[in-house]
This record gives sequence, structure tokens and C-alpha cells, in this order.
Amino acid sequence: MYVHKAGLQIDLRGQLAALSIAAVVILIGVPLWWRTTETYRAWLPVSQIQELANLQLQLSADVEVVFARGTVTPEQQKKVPLTLTQDDEHVVDEDTALRYRYETRYRTATIMEEDALNQPTAAEADLSLHTLSESPCGSLVVYVIPESSSLLPEDVDVYVGQRRTALLRIGAQTRVGRTLEQLLSHLEPRVKQVLQVMSFSHTDITAALSDRVRLSPGNKESIADSMRAFKSSPGYEITFSLLNPDPKSHRLHWDIEGAVQTYIQPLLRKLAPLANFSIDSQTLYYAMLGVNPRFDSSRSAYTLNSDSLAHVINPVEARLGSNAASSNPVLNFLLYVPDAHHSPLHINDHKKQEVPSNAFHSPRWGGIMVYNVNDFYGPEAAFPVDINIDMAKVMGVFLAQLRLLLGVQSSAPPPRFLVAPCSSAGIADWELDRLMWSRSVENIATATTTITSLAQLLDQIGNIVINDNIAQQVSSAVTSLQLAVAELESGNLRFALQYSKEAILASERAFFDPSLLHLLYFPDDQKFAIYIPLFLPMCVPILLSLLKIVSDARQRRREKHAKAD
Amino acid sequence: MKILTLWSLFSTYLLASSLNIENHAAQFFSSGHTNNWAVLVCTSRFWFNYRHVANTLSVYRSVKRLGIPDSHIVLMLADDMACNHRNPKPATVFSHKNMELNVYGDDVEVDYRGYEVTVENFLRVLTGRLPPSTPRSKRLLSDDRSNILIYLTGHGGNGFLKFQDSEEISNVELADAFEQMWQKRRYNELLFIIDTCQGASMYERFYSPNLMALASSQVGEDSLSHQPDLAIGVHLMDRYTFYLLEFLEDIHPASKTNMNDLFKVCPKSQCVSTPGHRTDLFLRDPGSVLITDFFGSVRKVEITMETINLTDPIEQVEQSPVNGELQKERNSYVDQLPVSEIIHQKPKQRDWHPPDGFILGLWTLILLVFFKTLAFQETAVGSKPPYRVQ
Repeated sequence: MYVHKAGLQIDLRGQLAALSIAAVVILIGVPLWWRTTETYRAWLPVSQIQELANLQLQLSADVEVVFARGTVTPEQQKKVPLTLTQDDEHVVDEDTALRYRYETRYRTATIMEEDALNQPTAAEADLSLHTLSESPCGSLVVYVIPESSSLLPEDVDVYVGQRRTALLRIGAQTRVGRTLEQLLSHLEPRVKQVLQVMSFSHTDITAALSDRVRLSPGNKESIADSMRAFKSSPGYEITFSLLNPDPKSHRLHWDIEGAVQTYIQPLLRKLAPLANFSIDSQTLYYAMLGVNPRFDSSRSAYTLNSDSLAHVINPVEARLGSNAASSNPVLNFLLYVPDAHHSPLHINDHKKQEVPSNAFHSPRWGGIMVYNVNDFYGPEAAFPVDINIDMAKVMGVFLAQLRLLLGVQSSAPPPRFLVAPCSSAGIADWELDRLMWSRSVENIATATTTITSLAQLLDQIGNIVINDNIAQQVSSAVTSLQLAVAELESGNLRFALQYSKEAILASERAFFDPSLLHLLYFPDDQKFAIYIPLFLPMCVPILLSLLKIVSDARQRRREKHAKAD
Repeated sequence: MKILTLWSLFSTYLLASSLNIENHAAQFFSSGHTNNWAVLVCTSRFWFNYRHVANTLSVYRSVKRLGIPDSHIVLMLADDMACNHRNPKPATVFSHKNMELNVYGDDVEVDYRGYEVTVENFLRVLTGRLPPSTPRSKRLLSDDRSNILIYLTGHGGNGFLKFQDSEEISNVELADAFEQMWQKRRYNELLFIIDTCQGASMYERFYSPNLMALASSQVGEDSLSHQPDLAIGVHLMDRYTFYLLEFLEDIHPASKTNMNDLFKVCPKSQCVSTPGHRTDLFLRDPGSVLITDFFGSVRKVEITMETINLTDPIEQVEQSPVNGELQKERNSYVDQLPVSEIIHQKPKQRDWHPPDGFILGLWTLILLVFFKTLAFQETAVGSKPPYRVQ
């Protein structure tokens, strides 16, 4: 229908059509296209994650210092008991800060403790002290004994027990006539030294933070230490293998089940809060070492020198099985019985000396021990010879290697320290505490980096779909992390470790979820190439008709003004 | 005087030898890695891409020879060469003409074969985002102390690499995947080798630390193949990988050759294309990086100095009764396997489809003819049409 107005034809119907099409496109089409090409992204607690990116950890340790008779005067005794708190702050880098809080309680010994300290040797004193009271996880008790005490040998000032106690001998120059403040200030650095050995030290904690903070490597000992132990993992697989290259000569019997039950399980039971362990064993026949040993005529034995040890592992590793069902790290312990022609076989160290344990280990892999059986039979024995392997000796070596590989073993103690030999449980309580401190810190550090990098990744790549289960995992990881940090602050070590484990499990599950794969990468020119052929043919007529409407309206207005004038 | 010089020489020799041992120990730990992994990918399929499979298998052989076990190698091949109908020598893949070296062998372990070699699976392996049912052999279980070797070969272009003739991976995706590996500390150092046309474009976009990259050709150049074998009828290897393998043949697990020698492999005179490398993201000096840091698996070892004195006798494990309480359960696992869906599926209702093109055309023709004749009848005869209009 055409409307004639001052000679100008306005196609009203056409204009209305164009306008309504434009309205539909803009008001309905564009939002519909936006909504249907959106990816579903569940809500993530981004602000809490950013808070966690800045990690301020506080580690609290409780120390009880008990004065035995003869170390304090009666007047001083009245002023003791008191409690002191000390804070040590360290800034590791711009995102990470550490604070160590030591709460020291001083008191005098009770009658029963005095009786216990009157035992002839330090080991017995330690045992009877333990029967009196049990210190909670993460705390320490230091007994200060007078200089004249005969518990410790002459050159030893500190004895570290198997539980959470230490015996500290007060120095010769500290006469009893000193004031209490002087006594305390003299004791404080020595107690701190004991704490560094038995609880946590700054080097250990910063090594545990290595995921977050890439520190420049120190000396080669520290590099070797950090590379040796396995990283924190929810589970470990331990495999014991017996390698028999010569079944024609030796028929080997090893009671591995009993040995594992008696010697290894106590350690693993104590380490249960840290990780799950699964143990299996196997026997491999005709498995040779990849290296030819050299005959040393001076000792009439075959020797393997330390340089060739590195090439022993690879040919054997190809034949070791592994549990295909889990992705946990595997610790392999191999017992090699040399064949009859190459017996006895000894391992030499760098200085060409025989190694007494006849064993070596590889960081983050496992250990190998060579067990010589040529002493068990004479030259006229009928082959194959039945041999029972002495599992106590073998497990002694494997247990030591296991402790090293799991990170239980600390570096050498400071001078004038005597550390009690390892008990049958395989691990002392304070060693367990130490491990729990460093593992908690490591788990918290790893979980925070995982969560923050996941948030960053999801922020950067706009077209990854975030499902609800991932958002839930992330939220639970954030909650567990906050709880773990809080428990660490208040000194509840066991709970801190448990929460940190939950945090790391949730964060790993969220980060490695299979649905988070950013598969489609669209550079901008490809996006234009896809949308232009679809939208341009539709938009051009609409735009042109809108322009025509506008120009017509303008022309009409001009005519109206012209008419008016 | 002479005695003095002799004595000083002797003492310096002693000092040097002791320092040497210390340096040896220091060098052992200087690379900072404790295990090695290799991800070897051949992105082509079809018979005429024989050379890509031979490339990958030759690198696989070298890496195994130098010590990396199968459990630490992720091998992705289309694996359609050895049993191809056109292979005159079935179950073999040769890498040298005159069929000198069969690189397929009988202990090759292919982790991703056939249509499993996709961009998605490759990225999943690198980033670790695999479904929980994936077996251990198909995963890259590296940690922050692993050195990884990644070798890619196939057909590529400027900024992309073609996977199995149906999809592509771009250099941006690859760089992002490496960054995600770095964020999760899945590698200590990474060596990336690519043998395709315009291979240098694939490492242009890397931005994560500790990456070293080598490519067989620059942007705008093609990587060429080495030699055809007249009996098999296809080209057997690519030039860059051929000379790379010649170089690797001289490496044994204890050799001290470093990366600078690897960069010199296959100069333009031999390769026709110009190989390139990129080391600006790598923290160590390439001259101090050993070839065996990536291609082999030299383990660090330490002597065990301490042992624990165990004195408890072994407690006898209680013998469980042989017969009686141990119930033998029959476990049926077939429902958990994907095959159970196939076994238990109901017969599918065939959906109705509109008729195919030919049938459609035929019916249209018939209808046209019918109505035309009807109309013809109507106009020509003038009689009443067979249908009535009410």
C-alpha cells in the first residue's frame, strides 16, 4: 500500500516489514545466538582461590622443657613453671611466607621422672620415661640433666630417643648460681637446635615447598637430598624381586611373606596416615645384570665398581612387572644372587673399598642388594643347591633403603648429638612427626598451585566447559586447604595432614578431569570466516533498508521544512 | 729440583684425579632428573606414508637401545604398515634400502594404534587428562624430575601438523599443552624434535621454561625423504631422521656427547632443508646437556651406607586352612567391559528415513508424467477429468 505524501512515495508496508525484521533480529536473534553458543561454566570460588594463592603458613610446635634435679636451684624452681612463645618469620618469595611458632613450657621433673632418669643408660631411661606419659603428635619433651649425670657418654651432649623425648646435658660453664633468665637464654638456642633435628627445620620446609618456589639449587648434597625421596602421593607400590640368574646351581628359598609381615609391615602401619602401601613380590629367573663384573685377584672376588652401577638397572627394569591397575609410584627392591661362576660379587665405592651392605639404591626408583651364597656350600655340592636366604639381613638393608626413599631419613645430626638406633618398628615417633610436617606443607603447597593454575587456565581459555562436578571438587579442595592451614596453625598435625591429603586429592581430580580438554582453538580470522557467510547475506538487506528508511525520513523532514518556509 | 717438579706433578695429578671423582659425582646430579620418558608419535597413515612409520620406529629402537624401558615410552603409530596388503615383506618395516634393518621386530609395544592416534589422545597423554580406566602403559606418568623426549613426524604446514589426514594440531595448542605440563610440573626438561615440512613453525609459539626444540626444516621449506626402495615401492625414511639415526648409532649409554653435536646433524648439504633449533627457553647451556639425558636412561645411584640391625625372628604366617572357609567366588566381569553393551543390546528399531535420492527422482518422474498426461487428457480430449472438483 502506497501512501502519497507531497509527491513522495513511502512504501509503508515495506518499511514496517524491514523494521520488524530488524527488530526480530536484534531483540530475539542476537540473544538467542549468544545463549546457544555459550559454554556451560559452573561457578568457581575465584576470590577464595586468589586468597589462597598468597600462602601464609604458620607451623606451631609445642616443646616441654623439664628440669631434672641438680639443674636449677630451689629458688629458681619456684619461678619455673612458665610458658614462653617465640615466633620466627621467614619470607620465601613474594607469594609465600612462613612463620614458625614455638611454645615452650618449662617445668621441673616429677618424682617418677627422676626415678626414670636414674637408670644406668640413656636407652633405658628413654624407655621408662615413655611409659610414664605419651606426648601427642607434633610435640616434644626435652629433659635437661645436670652435667654430672652419667646417662650420656663424655662426648655427647644430646641424646635423641625413639619416641618424642630428648635428653639435653646442661653445659659445664653454667653454674647453678646463675639467674633463671640467664639459664633460659643459655638453653634457648640449644633447645632450638634439638627442635631443628626432631621437628622441622627451615631447609626441610623450603624443600617441601619446591613445587611452589623454584629455589636455586644449593650445594650438590641438597640437590641429591631433594631428588632422592619420592614426592607425596596418596599411595605407593612396593615390589620385592628375587633375581636368580643361575637356577641350575642355586635353588633359592626366601620367606618373603613372613619377612614382610615381621619387618616391613610395622613401618608401613606407622606410615598409614601418610599413604596407602601395597606390597607384592616376584621371582625372576635367568635375569642377568647388564654389566660384566671384573675379577679382583687380590680379594679373589668379582667386583662391580660404582661407575658401572648406573647401567645395571635399565636391562633389569624392562623385565620387572608392575601393577597395571594403579598409577601410583613404584618402589622396586631387587635381591640379586650372583651365579656360581661369578661368586662372590662385591660392590666397590669411589675409593675402591668394599661396601659393607653390598647394596645400592637409585633416587626415586628403589634399591638393589647383592647377596653372595658361595659360603653356603662347598665345591663338591650336588647342584642345584638348596639355599635359604637370611631374610633378617636382607630386610635390614631394604628397610634402610625404604626409609631413605620415603624421606624418613634426615640428614646427618649435628655434632655431639647421639641418635638412638632405629627400633624394630623402623621409624621413630619424631621421625614420623618430621615427615608429617614436611608432607603436610608439601601437600598444601602442591594443592594451592594446582588450584590456582586451574583457575588461571579456565579463565584464560574461554571455551572450556566447566561441569558441576569440577566446580564441586574445586570448592571442596578450597575448603580442605583452608582447614589444613588452620589446623597447621593450631598445631594439630594429624588433622592438618588429613585435610591436606583431602585437598590434594580433590585438586588433582579437578585438574586432571578428562572433560577439561581444550580441544578447539579458534583464531580470530577463522571465527570471522565462519560467521561472515552466515550473517552477512542476511544483514546486508536489513541494513540497506534501514538506511533507506532513515534517508527517506530525513528527506521528508527537509521537504517539510522547505514547505514550511 | 727435579724431585720437586716430579713431586709437584704427582701431587697435582692426585688432586686432579680426586677432583675428577668429585666432578663426576657433581655432574651426575647436575641435570636434576631421575627418570626419562619418551613420547613418539607418527601422525600419518596409509601405505605411501611408510617413511613416517619407519622414522618413528627407528627412533623407538634407538631410545630402547640406550636404556629407556617400554613402560616409559608412549608410542603412537597408525601401525598399518607391517600388515598392509601392499607390503611385499609382511610383518616388517624397513628403514634402509636393501632391507637391511627391520625396525618393527617382534618386541615393539605400540600404545596407541590405528584410529586411536588423534589430536585429542595426544593432548590427553601430554596433559594427563585421561579417563580413569586408561591402563598404565598408555599414560605419561612423569613427575617434576623427568626428562621427556617428544618426537613428532608426519605431514605439516606453517603452524599446524596433520593427524591421520582428518584433523590438525596447531602450534598454539601444542604450546598451551606444554604450559599446562609445566604448571603441574610434569617435566624437568623437555626435548621436542619434529620432522615434517615447515617444522620450525611448530616450536615458534612455545613459552614455557626448560624446553629445547629441534626441527627438520624452516618455515617455507619442505622436508624431503631419503631414498626409495624399489622392491617395496615407497620411500623408506626422511632425510633428517636418517642422519639423526646415524648420529645416534654412535651414542652408547656411557657416552658424553652433548647437544651442540646434535644441532649439527644433517646440514643443508645433506638435508636440502635447513634444520633449526630453539634453546632460548632452556635454562642450562646446551653444551653441558648430554644426549643421554634425553635419549637414554642413565640412572643416578648412591651406595647404601647404613643398614638396620633386625633381630626379631620371623613370625610364622598362620596357614589358612586349605579347604573349608575359603569361598571361591565366581566373579563375572563381562558386564564391565564395553563388549557387554554389544552383547546385551536389543535389536535396534530401524528408523524411517525419507526415500533416497534415486527413489525420490523416480517417484517425481512418475508423478510428473502422471499429472502431465492427466492435463494432456483434460486439454486434448476436453472430457471430464477423472476427478471431480466440488
